[in-house]
Amino acid sequence: MAAPTQSRVESPATQVQQLTIGKALNQGLRAAMEADKKVIVMGEDVGKLGGVFRITDGLQKDFGEHRVLDTPLAESGIIGTAVGLAVRGFRPVCEIQFEGFIFPGFDQISSQLAKLHYRTQGKIKVPIVIRVPFGGGIGAVEHHSESPESLFAHTPGLRVVSCSNPVDAYWMLRQAIASDDPVLFFEPKRLYHSGALKAPVDPSATPEPLYTSKVLRRGDTATLVAYGPSVKVCLDAATAAEEDGMSLDVIDLRTLSPLDLGPVFESVRRTGRLVTVSESSGESSIASEIAARVQQECFYSLEAPVLRVTGFDTPYPPSKLEEHFLPDLDRVLHAVDRALAW
Amino acid sequence: MSSPEQWTRPEPGAGPAATAAEPTPEQVIAGLRATTEGGTELTQLLNPEGERLASPRFDPYVADIDAEALRGLYKDMVLVRRADRESNAMQRQGQLGIWVPLLGQEAAQIGSGRALQPQDMAFPSYREHGVAYARGVDFRELLGIFRCSDHGGWDFKRHGFHPYTIVIGNQVLNATGYAMGQKFEGKVGDDDGEATIVYFGDGATSQGDVHEGFVWAAVYDAPVVFFCQNNQWAISEPTERQSRLPLYQRARGYGFEGIRVDGNDVLGCLAVSRWALEECRRGNGPVLIEAFTYRMDAHTTTDDPTRYRLSDELEVWKHKDPIERVRAHLARTGGADQAFFDDVQAEADRFAAELRDFCFNMPDPPPERIFSEVYADPSPQLDAQREEYLSYLSGFAEAGGH
Ligand SMILES: Cc1ncc(C[n+]2csc(CCOP(=O)(O)OP(=O)(O)O)c2C)c(N)n1
Repeated sequence: MAAPTQSRVESPATQVQQLTIGKALNQGLRAAMEADKKVIVMGEDVGKLGGVFRITDGLQKDFGEHRVLDTPLAESGIIGTAVGLAVRGFRPVCEIQFEGFIFPGFDQISSQLAKLHYRTQGKIKVPIVIRVPFGGGIGAVEHHSESPESLFAHTPGLRVVSCSNPVDAYWMLRQAIASDDPVLFFEPKRLYHSGALKAPVDPSATPEPLYTSKVLRRGDTATLVAYGPSVKVCLDAATAAEEDGMSLDVIDLRTLSPLDLGPVFESVRRTGRLVTVSESSGESSIASEIAARVQQECFYSLEAPVLRVTGFDTPYPPSKLEEHFLPDLDRVLHAVDRALAW
Repeated sequence: MSSPEQWTRPEPGAGPAATAAEPTPEQVIAGLRATTEGGTELTQLLNPEGERLASPRFDPYVADIDAEALRGLYKDMVLVRRADRESNAMQRQGQLGIWVPLLGQEAAQIGSGRALQPQDMAFPSYREHGVAYARGVDFRELLGIFRCSDHGGWDFKRHGFHPYTIVIGNQVLNATGYAMGQKFEGKVGDDDGEATIVYFGDGATSQGDVHEGFVWAAVYDAPVVFFCQNNQWAISEPTERQSRLPLYQRARGYGFEGIRVDGNDVLGCLAVSRWALEECRRGNGPVLIEAFTYRMDAHTTTDDPTRYRLSDELEVWKHKDPIERVRAHLARTGGADQAFFDDVQAEADRFAAELRDFCFNMPDPPPERIFSEVYADPSPQLDAQREEYLSYLSGFAEAGGH
């Protein structure tokens, strides 16, 4: 597979700051808007309120109502008009308030956004980023804790990425905005304002390419692969496992479509054991895809079947039960134990 | 701020320039006037001063509402408000994950809810606690949703009250389909017929589903009352972010009648809803009602309205309180004395105390609830997943607790 072209990102030289994921996204949007006046932000409540998570805080004040659009309350409308704006030369960044509300816009995403470039043999580009806060763990009511990313990764023509830390949040967002392809950008909402994850973000640094996965921790007992909110769970699990004398490889997938599995194959060839972790239901998911590809590429290296630790194959339960539904450190370590016992 | 027929955009250069954060004084005044009046076509039977206004068209629909019945409506509103305030407080104390306040919308909900007959069906959004109450749903059943231990467990058929819907606009099509079913089964055509009512907000009117619901209902003459509570705001976005026309006027474009009623007037809401439901029962529907009201509290307990709305607006609407005007009317006409008001307050306090007690003692659901009722037919895969997870959990119990 040819590596997708990476658009270059010019960054205004500003100071290194300690940022949360939420703040990093805000700064990333700001920098992208400063760098290119065709970048516009649109969505419900993104203006005065700064979005329900405050990710767009202050942008309308500084860039005006025509670059930060408080849209009518309609997701099909947001994405459908963004397609038209993109055809006209804009680079819209759409905010979907919560992942559970993306479905009214699913038709526009799958019928138009994903296919226009293909249908016109590249004559029309639709450089749209759809930002989607996703995942559970915030004790919310229905539709506010889902993980629908596999549906989009399954849709050819879309790019799907997810960040797990402030540095990636900043850079991946800027790269996604600079990309000429439509990008679904899944943000781990429960980590938005996590002080523990604060990290220095250097706007003059050279970022990792967007569509690459990244090894976060080296080990040789087994490999953990995750993305978004599950990355932190895996890092914590690896720390806990160390006390028991196990060393775990932890890989942050970062890109879900295309999948960059090179580092995963390399790791599995060393460790012989793979556990994939994600919050979405397991059946027909990113985790299933990884399992299939790894057994295809690393068949002779595997010491145990690839195990998946995911949400159950049920609708997201009432959130009083989400501690059971969401993969936690114990379930991850339990899977590692099972892989080792094989 | 939200009656577009009166809301005029200032000419560029006229007066001091407005910014997103700070409207000009002219804009503020124009907005407040619009918000206060609700336009010339507003149906109102009880004004904010508690005076009964004559309405040749709608008086017959409330001819049976004597002092006793009015006291009943008053009590409904006081109880529902008290339960709402208690729930809001319980969220603040960490007992509920979130609360969606109905403060200010009691008249719209009780008026329309009390207009329904047992055979009717109501499709709520997520703020319709007052309608739920009017349909006989135990308020305690609502709390599980907001405590996040349940998705809503009442008997939908028995109460004629569908589950809450959080996805904006979805329920409008569902209600329309239900009403089509009522029609197809021949339950429409006389005064004892069935009807459906569906609730949604002003923001929801922008969703495609709402438009499609209007189209379907018109094409199939579905007996459905579209009840839009225009509380002026969709989280931070004002009504003029959804429409250039008063919302009730949209009905015309679909070929049915639209009407705007003072949503803070319980008598007006009752009368207009009874009329609209009757139109549907007789096969003359659908009808769109825009109840012109105001959300007196935050959108939900996670919202911060100080970021986007003016406190002046709130102050103006306080004078139009739906409960106070009934109280004033009852007091003025001798329909109730102080003892009655005191009794209602005491009953409301007892009601709130019961709710609090219930909420504090609500058990968390067991983990097997995650797997139950995903499918109507057995699912061996899911059964296996449940067994595996429960056995995993029991491993912790054996190891001496989690
Ligand atoms: C499809 C969809 N998009 C976004 C949301 C998030 N959201 C919840 S309530 C709300 C505002 C709704 O405003 P309105 O329809 O006027 O009803 P109100 O809450 O004012 O009664 C939004 C944007 C949602 N629930 N569903």
